[in-house]
Amino acid sequence: MTGVLDGNIGIALVNILLLAVLFVVAIAIARLRNLFAIVMLSGIYSLVSATWYVVVDAVDVAFTEAAVGAGMSTIVLLGAMLLTSRTAKPDKKFARLGPLLVVVATGVMLIYATVDLPALGDPNSPVNAGVGMQYVQINWADTGIPNVVTSVLGSYRGFDTLGETAVVFLAGLSVALLLGFGERSLAESIRRGDKLPGRGKGSASQAKPEEDAS
Amino acid sequence: MNDDHHVILRVISKMLIPVIVMFAFYTQFHGDFGPGGGFQAGIIFAVGVILYALVFGVPSAMRAVPPVFTRALAAIGVLLYSGVGYWALLQGGNFLEYQALFHEPPGEHKGQHIGILLIELGVLFAVSGAMLTIFYAFAGRVAEIRDKDW
Repeated sequence: MTGVLDGNIGIALVNILLLAVLFVVAIAIARLRNLFAIVMLSGIYSLVSATWYVVVDAVDVAFTEAAVGAGMSTIVLLGAMLLTSRTAKPDKKFARLGPLLVVVATGVMLIYATVDLPALGDPNSPVNAGVGMQYVQINWADTGIPNVVTSVLGSYRGFDTLGETAVVFLAGLSVALLLGFGERSLAESIRRGDKLPGRGKGSASQAKPEEDAS
Repeated sequence: MNDDHHVILRVISKMLIPVIVMFAFYTQFHGDFGPGGGFQAGIIFAVGVILYALVFGVPSAMRAVPPVFTRALAAIGVLLYSGVGYWALLQGGNFLEYQALFHEPPGEHKGQHIGILLIELGVLFAVSGAMLTIFYAFAGRVAEIRDKDW
């Protein structure tokens, strides 16, 4: 704890503020039953954690979190929400007790584990002293690419990245296999005969009677 | 989504979508020097198209970027990435050994640059294609998203 207080007090305050916002948002997500609000709050959670990653100097992780967590997964969750009901079922009083115990036990263990963590940016910590430092030293001579993250991702660990790309591809493939390619809405609008949906009065007035009927 | 009260949203997003796509390509090609790379760029590109779909309706987004194109793009991306690996194999190196692409001695970096550029392009294609396929699969099941559905 002394390391944090010795350093910049402003950074420590920003850390505390951001983590407090994360805590409040997480509690709100757990308490709410309205799925739309939950999806939006999870987007906010990702955005705030991306901000926090910037504070702890993990810019690449922050970038990915902002793009994937706040952008993509929010939209996919919204799309999934359209296919189901808008509110979650209220669960029974005692059904919450088991998850609460698991969460508290995990939290206690994690807090106990943080006692052994090295300080942020400690040059002698295993992460920085071992192979990480070696990459920083040999990267320029090996690859000639200024950004170590890119050369580790693309060159030293190219095989892993190929695996990740294949995982993303397989995720898209399996969703398409389970849900279809989603061309139903396109076929629907072609059948209705509107040239460009969302433009002109014709398509709007055509769409109206169907909505009223349904 | 055909109601008129989305007019501000339409105008603003029409201005924003080209900027988003431009930023995706900046992220892609600036990845050698700063934070960024294929994964983030692919997501940002996909988000540009998804924003179009949210504002102008999924069918018109499907006309602009057809689902058959997105799923082909995802496959082409993985193919491009592994193709670089096989290229290195054919040149006598190990799989994905960029140094072997142009038979370079250890000091030169042309193979590294070209190789990483190509695999990042593969990641961009695969990620944006897969993300758009996932979005279309979810959003395309409902014929039209009406305001009261939210």
